[in-house]
Amino acid sequence: MASTAVSNPAVNNSDRSLLRRKKKKKIPNQNQNLRNQAQAAQTEWKSDTQQQAYSSKLLQALRRVRITGGAAPKGGRAVREAADRVLAVAAKGRTRWSRAILTNRIKLKFMKNSASHKRQRVTVTTGNSRRQKKPRVSILRLKTKNLPAFQRKASVLGRLVPGCRKQPLPVILEEATDYIAALEMQVRAMTALTQLLSGASSSSSSSSASSSSSSSVNALNQLGSSRHPPAS
Amino acid sequence: MSSRRSRSRHSAASRITDDQIIDLVSKLQQLLPELRNRCSDKVSAARVLQETCNYIRSLHREVDDLSERLSELLANSDTSQAALIRSLLSQQS
Repeated sequence: MASTAVSNPAVNNSDRSLLRRKKKKKIPNQNQNLRNQAQAAQTEWKSDTQQQAYSSKLLQALRRVRITGGAAPKGGRAVREAADRVLAVAAKGRTRWSRAILTNRIKLKFMKNSASHKRQRVTVTTGNSRRQKKPRVSILRLKTKNLPAFQRKASVLGRLVPGCRKQPLPVILEEATDYIAALEMQVRAMTALTQLLSGASSSSSSSSASSSSSSSVNALNQLGSSRHPPAS
Repeated sequence: MSSRRSRSRHSAASRITDDQIIDLVSKLQQLLPELRNRCSDKVSAARVLQETCNYIRSLHREVDDLSERLSELLANSDTSQAALIRSLLSQQS
């Protein structure tokens, strides 16, 4: 009896310690996986193939916007929306901001008529809730994080990155990291596209600039042919 | 006192570690063109957040400017070039 009584707690302790060990193993593995994923995504935004794919898809989307016409969203705004949409698609749904961009467009499409009214109402309620609630970002030992200035900046950042208004701080930071890389790629691709198109249109007027126009046409050809990037 | 208690409750529930946040902030700092060269000791986390907001806003502005230019170019390029581009794209479909 005494021996069993002694052995049981020992067994329990070992079970508990095993469980504890298992739990401890899981969490760092998850973190490591997430970090690797984040790093892989980072390098992906910088790759040339990603930029090529984005440029060609953007070109197609822009063509569709032009051909279907509708000056409803004014020129530049339509281009911006198409560019953001293609960027979000390029993210392949791995990040919150990309999903938020895509769902927002669907929401706006359905709520076209009452969009302005709803937006007004929404801003009022969020303003009130912000005043009543304390900031949800609860951070802990670092002294700066409890400063209201820091919290304010974190919430501003959350508002800038689509889909991150009510997310806790580490989520906002992660999303911002990926979002910045994606935006940089967007800028690079659109700059290159603008140069191509401006080169093409300027050379069309001058008859002797056949070489430059052909080079830009070749570049555009490359864009068109790179529609199906190699699956990696 | 109550704030300390609530803080510990939050920390137990959310498991967001300090190191995690420091790591994320440093990663963010590496991306910012302003702060990349500076040694990380001198840059506070608030500064990183501020620069991030500024950088994202400037990127947004750049994209807006580029969209304007692109829309103008596409609107004005109703020339043979546009038809050429269109035919190139339709070939790939």
